[in-house]
Amino acid sequence: MTIVNFTPLSALAGGALIGLSAAFLLLAKGRIAGISGIAGGVIYPESRDDIGWRLIFLLGLVLGGFIYQLSGLGVGVEHIAAVADKPVLILAGLLVGIGTQIGTGCTSGHGICGLARRSPRSLVATLCFMGSAIVTVYIVRHLVGDAA
Amino acid sequence: MTQSMKQLLAALVAGTLFGFGLGLAQMIDPAKVTNFLDLFGTWDPSLAFVMAGGLAVNAAVTPFILKRERPLLAEFFRLPSRMEVDRRIVIGGVLFGIGWGLAGYCPGPMITSLSFADSDIVTVLAAFVVGTFAARWVLHRIA
Repeated sequence: MTIVNFTPLSALAGGALIGLSAAFLLLAKGRIAGISGIAGGVIYPESRDDIGWRLIFLLGLVLGGFIYQLSGLGVGVEHIAAVADKPVLILAGLLVGIGTQIGTGCTSGHGICGLARRSPRSLVATLCFMGSAIVTVYIVRHLVGDAA
Repeated sequence: MTQSMKQLLAALVAGTLFGFGLGLAQMIDPAKVTNFLDLFGTWDPSLAFVMAGGLAVNAAVTPFILKRERPLLAEFFRLPSRMEVDRRIVIGGVLFGIGWGLAGYCPGPMITSLSFADSDIVTVLAAFVVGTFAARWVLHRIA
């Protein structure tokens, strides 16, 4: 194992802002800041009067990305590139969509919010997606791939 | 300002804070994410600190928020009612993890990355939308 590009302070600060956002949404609106759940309610709405705040929240996610770029903090986004080819990106996007809806949550809903409420369900979900993601990267990078 | 306007403003603030946090934490860089997941190769432990920071803040204040009778701008808290572990949570979690490991995008960063979208980001996001729609459509019919 080689440790690379370790940025603990910006990671901690970014994480704290994410936690603050989740706490604020709960305090103000009484809702969980689970991104796959919020997006799911827009992509396949269950009730019409519950779409507005979701859309606005998702818009905020993009706006936050713009503000990050303007802030000049961290690594410029011009250095960011996909790590997979288009067919793999399609497969990955499908799996993330299907998996988060079957598993009722993603990194934020289970990993940040669920664990904060000590939900056993979220703990198992987090262990499952972390475990399968680590195994997937191992297979892609070290068993089939030539990249190390 | 009406109550529903305040709710939308709160959602905008929360979303913006979340997106900025994802940028600052560099979760929007799939190379960094897949390095975090590469325990047996070029490991970048940073993203464990994202989770730790998010969890620490949220876990510290959530109990106090939930002691309130109701949220500031809504009638009641809407929390997931299920706490128990079932097969669904395992299957869904494993499938999501495979997708996350393949491309380094979980849902939040995928959406925040629209702020500098190229055809790769649009591709993975479009597939996410299709996968989400298909899964919810099927889940609705078998539920």
